[in-house]
Amino acid sequence: MASSSLTKSKTSIIHHLKSTKFPLLYFTNHTSSIRNSHNLLHTISSPPLPVPRCATSSRINPFIVFSRCFESVCVGRRLHSAASASNDVRQFPAEAPSQQVLDFPGGKVKFTPKLAFTSGSTEERVPCYRVLDDSGQPIIDSDSLKISKELAVKMYSDMVTLEVMDTIFYEAQRQGRISFYATTMGEEAINIASAAALHNDDFVFPQYREPGVLLWRGFPLQEFAHQCFGNKYDNGKGRQMPIHYGSRKHNYFTVASTVATQIPHAVGAAYSLKMEKQDSCVITYFGDGGSSTADFHAAVNFAAVLEVPVIFFCRNNGWAISTPINEQLRSDGIVVRGKAYGVPSIRIDGNDALAIYSAVHKARKMAIEEQTPVLIEALTYRTGHHSTSDDSTKYRSIDEIEQWRGGQNPVKRFRKWMESKGWWSDEAESEHHCSTRKQLSQAIQAAEQVEKPTIADMFNDVYDVLPKNLMEQEAFIRKTIKKHTQDYPSDVPL
Amino acid sequence: MWGILSQKLGAARGLSSQVVGNYVLRLRLAPSAMPMRHYSSATKEMTVRDALNSALDEEMAADPNVFVMGEEVGEYQGAYKITKGLLDKYGPERVVDTPITEAGFAGIGVGSAYHGLRPVIEFMTFNFSMQAIDHIINSAAKSNYMSAGQINVPIVFRGPNGPAAGVGAQHSQCYGAWYGSVPGLKVLVPYSSEDARGLLKAAIRDPDPVVFLENELLYGETFPISAEALDSSFCLPIGKAKIEREGKDITITAFSKMVGYALKAAEILEKEGINAEVINLRSIRPLDRATINASVRKTNRLVTVEEGFPQHGVGAEICATVVEDSFGYLDAPVERIAGADVPTPYAANLERMAFPQIEDIVRAAKRACYRSVPMAASA
Repeated sequence: MASSSLTKSKTSIIHHLKSTKFPLLYFTNHTSSIRNSHNLLHTISSPPLPVPRCATSSRINPFIVFSRCFESVCVGRRLHSAASASNDVRQFPAEAPSQQVLDFPGGKVKFTPKLAFTSGSTEERVPCYRVLDDSGQPIIDSDSLKISKELAVKMYSDMVTLEVMDTIFYEAQRQGRISFYATTMGEEAINIASAAALHNDDFVFPQYREPGVLLWRGFPLQEFAHQCFGNKYDNGKGRQMPIHYGSRKHNYFTVASTVATQIPHAVGAAYSLKMEKQDSCVITYFGDGGSSTADFHAAVNFAAVLEVPVIFFCRNNGWAISTPINEQLRSDGIVVRGKAYGVPSIRIDGNDALAIYSAVHKARKMAIEEQTPVLIEALTYRTGHHSTSDDSTKYRSIDEIEQWRGGQNPVKRFRKWMESKGWWSDEAESEHHCSTRKQLSQAIQAAEQVEKPTIADMFNDVYDVLPKNLMEQEAFIRKTIKKHTQDYPSDVPL
Repeated sequence: MWGILSQKLGAARGLSSQVVGNYVLRLRLAPSAMPMRHYSSATKEMTVRDALNSALDEEMAADPNVFVMGEEVGEYQGAYKITKGLLDKYGPERVVDTPITEAGFAGIGVGSAYHGLRPVIEFMTFNFSMQAIDHIINSAAKSNYMSAGQINVPIVFRGPNGPAAGVGAQHSQCYGAWYGSVPGLKVLVPYSSEDARGLLKAAIRDPDPVVFLENELLYGETFPISAEALDSSFCLPIGKAKIEREGKDITITAFSKMVGYALKAAEILEKEGINAEVINLRSIRPLDRATINASVRKTNRLVTVEEGFPQHGVGAEICATVVEDSFGYLDAPVERIAGADVPTPYAANLERMAFPQIEDIVRAAKRACYRSVPMAASA
């Protein structure tokens, strides 16, 4: 388009100048360079400046017309094809550069004479991939995988189980039966749908808001309870706070409180998988807050350099304890950071179970087949408090929380879809709710009554083999307890 | 090929293949430091640099899971040439050059160890390990415990520690005391080439995370090395100190470069009639309390030597240990020789004053033996 108006303007200039008896030679010589340099215009990203009206009358001094036109071109104005050709008198400086590239370390790069900074903010945000609309109906033309009824029912019922587990354990903490808990309210779809799209031998490096992945893989409710109570059946041997689950058997690495340290760990584990040429990948989860850490940046950068099969799954739930997203970062969320590091990325609706399933399924395929990291930013909302140590109504409005708990709730949306397919019903819902609540209450009661781990569990696993100094300390403490039984709790077994 | 060569040589000279085999082995290992006494099997020599390089090489050959990662370890052949030749031999997948992010590559190393590889992470100096210390302590040291034995971390963090020569405050700190206080870590401090070989091999084979503190100035030093230490299965036990020099009048404990200083101080003391026992700690965690205490019970006097800052240092721990276990045996207060309590100055004269010198050790020993006036309490 621009080129045609250029040629138009060229002829109009020639016509104009003919009328003013100005030499034509200057322009015609530069026709080809004008054509070549029109590309330059296309690269200019600055907004178009207002068009100074050049002379309509032939009485204008042609020299002034020329100089004004040259000025406006030098500033780099974009051509308006809308402007009439006769008024639109723009030309280019004689020495328009050709498309030269320079070969610096890192590759060839075109250069530009224009001093222009890329804008820090984008006019349009990266779009968000979605399959189901707000009322749980599939959007026409949405790319998505078909899932079987069996898979869908497992997904939905696990999402409900997770919701019920969160409610019951949260209540247990409030009753003083466990010391601490953190819910995954609002992120049930992220937990379950992402787990459903993975294979059981894919390694999971969680932050702490992903117990649903472990639930999906078959970690029993009773074991969740044992860990929260820190009793002797806890396969963590009572070493950690509640919700710090881990299970080697389920390829789910033990949760650590340190934020985002799991991200470089995941990259290292993926490197190990790559060296072993395994047909599996690693996934690591973290929040919007976690993406600010040094570990995130180093790990994503490294993963791109090492070309390892890892999925970076960011749960952008809008809040990092009390820090809202606009105080956390000023980029267009986390998805744009993938591009900055050379990692293929996508933004998805984190409250849409089918979108999550399809995206993770595809990401896994890419990661393994192409041996590349992939970044997924799932937009969602943390409807619960950060943890039982937090009261989020202190820093956000109850209306906002209620709004997200309502229609946008991922469980409700998925349920609508399930019911529209005839795969779920009110009876199934109440039955599932009932039986899960019962199971969980029983699990808690049972876990509460189990003994705590023994004294020996205080000293083993520090090293592979119990060292002499710890053996001595253990013997010493046993002797002391025996001698002063009244000073020690009677319910801790020796 | 070496086997055939050694047989041919042996046949030509009428030597046993064993002796010739040793000769050939020496040629392969450290051609620059070879004495010309082929026929004796004692007093071979090796620099600490070559000792570390050969240990890495042998462990990488023996176990395909062992890999090296760090800045400049590959193409540059190692910032201090410790990893020389390894990239050519094992390729870029097992000798990984990293971007400048200690936190990044330490975390990645730990992650790969979680999944079963055996990384050897190099810090250009341990001063830079402070960037990665969260991963060393919270991700590596504590993992086996926090996961209740499900996740062990067979990782080695190695690199030069402590002062070099004229590298200034941010490149001269000793981290022995910092890492030595963390349960879940093992902390090793080799002195000689034999220490370097044996302890690095033990560290790589160990299922727990090991912090391996070397010394830049020792890299170029040559030590005699036994045939046993040159064998590829040679390993030193972790947690055992070595008595470098036996004595009966006073015990001097030291590690890394200070062992050399302590030995020289012992020679000077010998001339003055003080017979010093020098203990090379080899391991800060676990600390060989038994050897130290047995020695103090024999000599009744103790001087601890270290380059690190005095407060909360290794010497402080040794002193507490001896007070706990052998108080009744002490005939004099424990003398603690450490670096000056200042960020290391650059100027050569100031730097020299900031670290223990041989004379400081000699004077401390004499004070402990009541041969000179003790220092005033405020000094």
